[in-house]
Amino acid sequence: MVNLGADLWLQFILALDATLRVATPLILCAMAGIFSERAGIIDISLEGKMLLSAFTAAATASLMHSPVLGLLAGITVSVIFSIIHGFACITHRGNQVISGLAINILASGLTVTVGIAIFRQGGQTPNLARADRFAPTELPFVDLVSHIPFIGTIYRELISGHNILVWVGFLAVIFTSYILWKTRFGLRLRAVGEKPEAVDSAGISVSLLRYKAVIIAGVLCGIAGAYLSTAHGSGFVREMTAGKGYIALAAMIFGKWQPRGALLACLLFGFLEAIAARLQGVELPLIGAAPVELILAMPYLMTVILLAGLVGRAVPPRAIGQPYIKER
Amino acid sequence: MNVQKPLPRWVDIGLIPVINVLVALFVSGIVVALIGENPFVAMMVMVKGAFVYDGSLGYTLYYATNFIFTGLAVAVAFHAMLFNIGGEGQAYLGGLGAGLICLWMDSFLPALLLIPLAIMASAAFGALWGVIPGYLQAKRGSHIVITTIMFNFLAASIMVSLLAGMLKSGGQMSPETRAFTDAASLPMIHEILQGLGFDVARSPLNLSFVIALLACVGVWVLIWRSRLGYAIRAVGQSPQAAQYAGISIERIIIITMAISGGLAGLMAINEILGVQHRVILNFTSGYGFTGIAVALMGRNHPFGIILASLLFGALYQGGAELDFEFSTITREMVLMIQGLIILFSGALSFMFQKPLQRLFSKLATDDKTEAAHG
Repeated sequence: MVNLGADLWLQFILALDATLRVATPLILCAMAGIFSERAGIIDISLEGKMLLSAFTAAATASLMHSPVLGLLAGITVSVIFSIIHGFACITHRGNQVISGLAINILASGLTVTVGIAIFRQGGQTPNLARADRFAPTELPFVDLVSHIPFIGTIYRELISGHNILVWVGFLAVIFTSYILWKTRFGLRLRAVGEKPEAVDSAGISVSLLRYKAVIIAGVLCGIAGAYLSTAHGSGFVREMTAGKGYIALAAMIFGKWQPRGALLACLLFGFLEAIAARLQGVELPLIGAAPVELILAMPYLMTVILLAGLVGRAVPPRAIGQPYIKER
Repeated sequence: MNVQKPLPRWVDIGLIPVINVLVALFVSGIVVALIGENPFVAMMVMVKGAFVYDGSLGYTLYYATNFIFTGLAVAVAFHAMLFNIGGEGQAYLGGLGAGLICLWMDSFLPALLLIPLAIMASAAFGALWGVIPGYLQAKRGSHIVITTIMFNFLAASIMVSLLAGMLKSGGQMSPETRAFTDAASLPMIHEILQGLGFDVARSPLNLSFVIALLACVGVWVLIWRSRLGYAIRAVGQSPQAAQYAGISIERIIIITMAISGGLAGLMAINEILGVQHRVILNFTSGYGFTGIAVALMGRNHPFGIILASLLFGALYQGGAELDFEFSTITREMVLMIQGLIILFSGALSFMFQKPLQRLFSKLATDDKTEAAHG
């Protein structure tokens, strides 16, 4: 009986552990989305920027044998595409959804095209050696603490053994809350997404603020991409983001454009994905084959239900999607 | 005062799209050159692959058929200022509609009854997948872009679970339905032409192409020659004025999304009834998203959409040829070109407009001063 209890506990903790790993890129991208959309710029190109960064990071890490250089390269490319998005939406007042979509499609094509040209492996990068990736960091005293029942398991399986980018993901949430609600820059950034004409009349450049917001979003998407290919995985595979950028977008809406809410939504969506992975092919009592597809579709379904206003109400920033035209 | 005159019509609908495509091709050419291949050689390979080789034109037109349907779907919604990026999911569900009819009735209905029924089912299922986001936008204010994105993923989950579950045919591993009987096959164009005594090579081009052209005429009549089309354009251009004129905006949004979804759903007939003769996983392969590029390039006009579809059909078919000719360039190149075209003709559409406006108003004033002096 004690054994069964401990085993179930271990299974549960392992599922939570998997949740953290799966949720990290979602969290980073959701925070990116919050920065961009709070400033009034719709960003459906989270997916594409993450994919571009995942490729660049893996390619660089593989060629230079350094995950840190890979991360920096991934961030750089992601930021370049953020600036392209800004150039289209802020400078040329283009349609923000179309620009984001263009970047996503461009990313799908560009990563595979360049990948084949460099590595000739059908669009993949070579498998990264251990030293070329972000390795898991074991926290101190694992051996000592792990003998304590329950808490030991939590410490050993859930808290210890993550790579550093998982922690960066959580720090990003604190960073986002702090910047947006505790600094003057954050106040202005939120104002520019609600009432840009007020910010403009205070003599502050709307364009510059919005550019800063999309660049921060680019940095966060870049970290998320590098996490996928050089920390969570060991190399780039074509289309490896597989809709994660859109799930992050859904989580951001689900969290009502608030960092804490988005974090919880990411953890929930990550948990669903972790559970689905564990239930693949498992026969459940009463239900039969586990409804894995249904569990995986839950984030999309829940977001539609929330947007329909059936539970709660998600109100986007007021000036979102509208290019700002300076009055003369 | 600096009021700029609108551009001449031929510049707006002719020159600007051409400039956009050329810039997109130019940027792609740079990428090809960076990869270490000759962009002009790659271009020639694509043109030959799309038009010159035996049967290649048929393939180009077969791809174009898909793009005409999804392009029309996006365009109709655009006229009401609705951005339907759910064409992919609507087409996917359209395939389910056509597939269910065929699986159910292909053993006892003759082709003459079965095919029209299947076509209607594909439009109906597509319309259903468009009308729900439309309803949510109209009645609940849920942003149509986000809901249609979610509906694409939901459609994919539904299709995966059905094709791997209930609809999977016994005795095989791959997630697809059983093959339909011959009654469910749309006539192939090369067979019809061969019957008439023409010597044409085999291609997957089928009767759907003709249906797509008819849909273009239908959309033209709808948008520019009907009361409903007038209401759709009124809602798109000035919702307040439309409301003041007694048009129900909510009703128009819902109807427009049903039509848009139905057109996207029809794309499935080309793939399911025309080529695959069964429902397979991911038969939409991104054609729904290409429809956005097609509508942007074609300026939301059926004639423009036909031209843009031909361009994209040629790119897809020519892109397949790249796979054979080069070890370093693949059809993903085409995806890149597509992304660039959406970027330049959609998101950056104002970039070339302003300089051209300046240029043409300068030309116009020069003419006037000359006339005055002369």
